[in-house]
Amino acid sequence: MTHGFSSKRPPAGCRLSRAGRIRAHAKEQSDALLWLVLGALIATSAFAMATMDYGKADIPTACGDALGDFWMMMSAPGLAGHFTLADVVEGLFVSLALAALTTFIGAVAAFVLGLFAATNLTNPAIAALVKAVMSVFRAVPTILWVLVFSVAIGLGAEAAVVGLLFHSIAYLTKAYSESFEEVDPGILEALRAGGAGWWQTVFRAVVPAKTSELLSWTFIRFEINFVNAVAVGAVAGAGGIGYQLFLAGNFYLNIHEVGLIVYLCLAVAVVLEIAATKLRTRYIVRH
Amino acid sequence: MEEGRSFFRAKTASLVAMVVVFFAANAISATYVGFDFLDAAVEIPAGVGWMVAEFLPTADSLSKLGSILSALASTVLVSIAASCIAAVFAFVLAVLGSRTVGIGGPAAFLVRAVASVFRNIPVVAWALILLFSFKQSEFTGFLALFLTTFGYLTRCFLETIDEMGAGPIEALRASGATYFQVVAQAVVPMTITSVVSWVLYMIETNIRDATLVGILTGTGIGFVFDIYYKSFRYDVAGLAILAIVVVVIACELTSNYVRKRII
Repeated sequence: MTHGFSSKRPPAGCRLSRAGRIRAHAKEQSDALLWLVLGALIATSAFAMATMDYGKADIPTACGDALGDFWMMMSAPGLAGHFTLADVVEGLFVSLALAALTTFIGAVAAFVLGLFAATNLTNPAIAALVKAVMSVFRAVPTILWVLVFSVAIGLGAEAAVVGLLFHSIAYLTKAYSESFEEVDPGILEALRAGGAGWWQTVFRAVVPAKTSELLSWTFIRFEINFVNAVAVGAVAGAGGIGYQLFLAGNFYLNIHEVGLIVYLCLAVAVVLEIAATKLRTRYIVRH
Repeated sequence: MEEGRSFFRAKTASLVAMVVVFFAANAISATYVGFDFLDAAVEIPAGVGWMVAEFLPTADSLSKLGSILSALASTVLVSIAASCIAAVFAFVLAVLGSRTVGIGGPAAFLVRAVASVFRNIPVVAWALILLFSFKQSEFTGFLALFLTTFGYLTRCFLETIDEMGAGPIEALRASGATYFQVVAQAVVPMTITSVVSWVLYMIETNIRDATLVGILTGTGIGFVFDIYYKSFRYDVAGLAILAIVVVVIACELTSNYVRKRII
């Protein structure tokens, strides 16, 4: 008889009480933490809403106005003479190109860093160091990286790409190193036993096993980079459709133009999102 | 033999094709936006050196620490409130639109469409639209973050709810539970840990996005950074960056700890 309940030992994963009985409420401690977190979040939110600065606008009228603005933006997008359609489409392509460049350069850098961050390919000290540096990269908001580099190397495409690169590299390094860590240890051992060097192990075992996964992650990052390229274009003046969005919204105060630009961004984002979701379910999530 | 050779030939060909496409796409994008790889390779190391020297906080910049910390506190509070309140709305919408416990009919499609629109309109566009009527205030930033977070979380919660097993729901329905009872006794307990984990992740993301939105709405740490940045006080701006780094990493560590313990 190998059935779990018939033997003297309780089934794996059970917690026992002091008397040796199986505890039905094994999750009590984690439940307490869950309630504590929920309570803290609710209390903090309530405090934040109570102490927030609501500005000079009268909230009910402003809500009505905002709904009207939103409706006008979505129902009547159009041009008002500040840009031509060609300008806006060109801006869209500039943002896409910035996103593509960032993704490509980021992927190359992250590939190398990802190898050094994967615990099965390197020693733990190096992996920990790479991971720590990446979390600092990630902690600084993208927009601040771009603003800092616009003064360090001058406003332009270089500053935008370099600023966007930090988060791109940190994200891809994490994604790549996690998929490298999933490589079957047997294969690695077989290659090492056969006298393969480190680079040979990487290019004969790790990369072939994970190519489609790496490409999927890269594309998913491209989607995120497009959104970020629009955002930094708007706030740092780094060009692209984001800058036109900022001009239309903050300078010309024209809601119809904002609407048109939003529709273009929305169209690109939805297409990229659908593609990214397909790739994720096909190559990354396994059931 | 022949078969093996053609296999490797095909493999090499596809690899070469990928590399060519990669470089071509790079070259086209680079020419389009005027990005010069050689220039960048020379400028970036020099830029990093300059940046480290200029943005390093000095003893003098510490006198501004008080205003930086209070602005940062307001940014963190706004991010937490936006994430939590958006989570409540997103959860309700996700339950109504889910395939397992939803109200059926066109709801599933409608909820997904709404979530996608809210999520994919750039947060900058939300901020600009809201600035028309709400003017510059913390509440404007809160609303912009709230709307994007709402779209994002609805999408995440939909997946979470659809992934859970249908067993408990069927069991409750069979024993005559009302719709509300099914939600309260099966859906909430089964999804609460991943809901909390998503909310913690969103708080972290929102602190970073709040910096961006704050530059537009003139509030929080983004505004403080922008003031010192535009007045060439890079040492104080650097101090603001350091403060953000500390808070975001602390937030990440806390949420990792909580996530590990509750799941």
